Amino acid sequence: MTEQKERELYFWLRLIREYEDRISTLDKQGKIQGGIYSGKGQEAIVVGICHDLRPDDWIFPLHRDLGAFLVKGADPKRLMAQIFGRRDGFAKGKDSFLHGGDFSHCIFGATSMLGSTLPVAVGTAYKFRIKKEDRVAIAFFGEGASSRGDVHEAMNFAGIYKLPVVFVCENNFYAYSTPNELQFAVEDVADRGPGYGFRGDVCSGNDLHSVMKAAKKAIDRARNGEGPTFLECKTYRYHGHSEHDGAAYRSEEELITWESRDPIERWEVYMGKRKYDVAAIRAETTERVKKVVDEALAFAEASPWPEGTEAMEDLYATPVEED
Amino acid sequence: MPATYIQAINQAMHEEMARDENVLLLGEDVGVLGGAFKATDGLLAKFGKERVVDTPIAESLIVGAGVGLAIQGMRPILEMQFIDFISCGFDQIVNMAATLRYRHGGQTACPIVVRGPCGGGVHGGIYHSQNPEAWFFHVPGLKIVAPATAYDAKGLLKSAIRDDDPVIYLEHKFLYRRIKEDLPDSEYLVPIGKAALRKEGRDLTAISYGSPVHAVIKAARDMAGEIDIEVIDLRTLLPLDWATIRASVAKTGKALIVHEARRTGGIGGEIAARIAEELFEYLDGPVLRVASMDTHNAFAAPMEEYILPNQEKIAEAIRKLASY
Repeated sequence: MTEQKERELYFWLRLIREYEDRISTLDKQGKIQGGIYSGKGQEAIVVGICHDLRPDDWIFPLHRDLGAFLVKGADPKRLMAQIFGRRDGFAKGKDSFLHGGDFSHCIFGATSMLGSTLPVAVGTAYKFRIKKEDRVAIAFFGEGASSRGDVHEAMNFAGIYKLPVVFVCENNFYAYSTPNELQFAVEDVADRGPGYGFRGDVCSGNDLHSVMKAAKKAIDRARNGEGPTFLECKTYRYHGHSEHDGAAYRSEEELITWESRDPIERWEVYMGKRKYDVAAIRAETTERVKKVVDEALAFAEASPWPEGTEAMEDLYATPVEED
Repeated sequence: MPATYIQAINQAMHEEMARDENVLLLGEDVGVLGGAFKATDGLLAKFGKERVVDTPIAESLIVGAGVGLAIQGMRPILEMQFIDFISCGFDQIVNMAATLRYRHGGQTACPIVVRGPCGGGVHGGIYHSQNPEAWFFHVPGLKIVAPATAYDAKGLLKSAIRDDDPVIYLEHKFLYRRIKEDLPDSEYLVPIGKAALRKEGRDLTAISYGSPVHAVIKAARDMAGEIDIEVIDLRTLLPLDWATIRASVAKTGKALIVHEARRTGGIGGEIAARIAEELFEYLDGPVLRVASMDTHNAFAAPMEEYILPNQEKIAEAIRKLASY
């Protein structure tokens, strides 16, 4: 990797951290409504998966993947307006957070029925296959969602047709409060991949190098017609399931252990070993990301609320007139 | 040559797949077998296995993959082998397909058709006889059609395939081979959202859709000397053609709703309520309903016949209403 790319990757890690921290603060201040699902601690996964995708590749993020929106190219301003429920958000105020995707950047909006976007992702991949397009679909989901039938149905279909899709499981060990031992009886969720006829790989989701290496293999495989990959990224969320969740179900020691494996600090150590001036890069990046988030926030706050009557718009593409 | 109701459905898919290469079909046993009822007969041979996809038994996948294809510019037809199985794809229909355009602020459309055989009268038992329209009638963002004739079955399916919104297409299996009519040689469409006036009349409006339409028409003809009945075949359930209902009930002053789905929570309740709200001053009697009894569709022939609406029950309701 070039120094420029390594610094760019650092920028994305830091931007996501700053963006999500700011939203958490705004939530505590009561300035935004609705649930906030911080991906703090999991930034390396979305950066590692999305950074080298092509603009016409599709991603299907989960509710904790705000970072995936940013790395894939969504406008930080519109994303903030989305979180604020304003007219300039992707959903124009009709739904919150990541339920409105950004089709101009090939980003599909998540639902709250976790794992339900996986069948949609394989449908998309099926279209790429039959139209002979060398594009890929990336389907994100949590280890908890892996228990749902939708996930099984999607993977089974993708395996049969060797579809160009990568299933990215962000295993952060808790589905809301439910620990993995109450979620499935295997150690690695990726073990399920071979059961569907494709590879299951495991990587450290807190190590950007590890994610990028595994992602490249999986994406190349999909693009070359070699079929899907189940890529499990082991990670940890620092915050509770949502900002309202104090996460009392887990130990302080566990959290501290994982904080010591922080993906951003790890990247700084790496850059230090590459003999870059980390202090200078850190200071410069802090300025850059602060500016982006400040601008996004100002834009969102200035964006108008939609009118109540707009609730009746965008329901049907071809409405039937009632008289 | 006359075409049966199911042949009309088959013709619609043949024509639309030939017309538009982005139309494709996903479902269980739709390929080599040609569908459990032969609705998809001949499609695989003509359009190939990439466009006629035999899926695993996975209704959630079928609908969800359909949504994925739709956002990529394709126009998938998604077959539920029996419409009862649509419950296994329910989440993908109501939370994914129906919300898709809305929660993306109009950035996308969702041109999918979910079709399959509904209804009873063939002793199919609990899991092969259901009429699930009310499950979906409550969901904004969906359209629901339920043809009663071969002409409409073809014309509505073609319209549904071309429609940019998710359409639930309820084909009644009792009609598959019992209904036959000459279809036009040239292409035609039946618009979604428009009811058909099957018979004009002055005394009473009978509103129906799907299989019972035929019993209603027969009752109206049989009773013609006695009571002059106007028959509306809704054809589209969501959105409803209120203009036609309103004009007819304002004229006759009496309304009877006949559907095969069970009475409680059925679509008839909504139609009755709206007639009461908007046309109260025109009414000369209560809005009556004839529907299936509030139970599961039973398997044994006498039990099923007891549960389902029939011409006798319809005639009885007509007389009761006419007497007001």
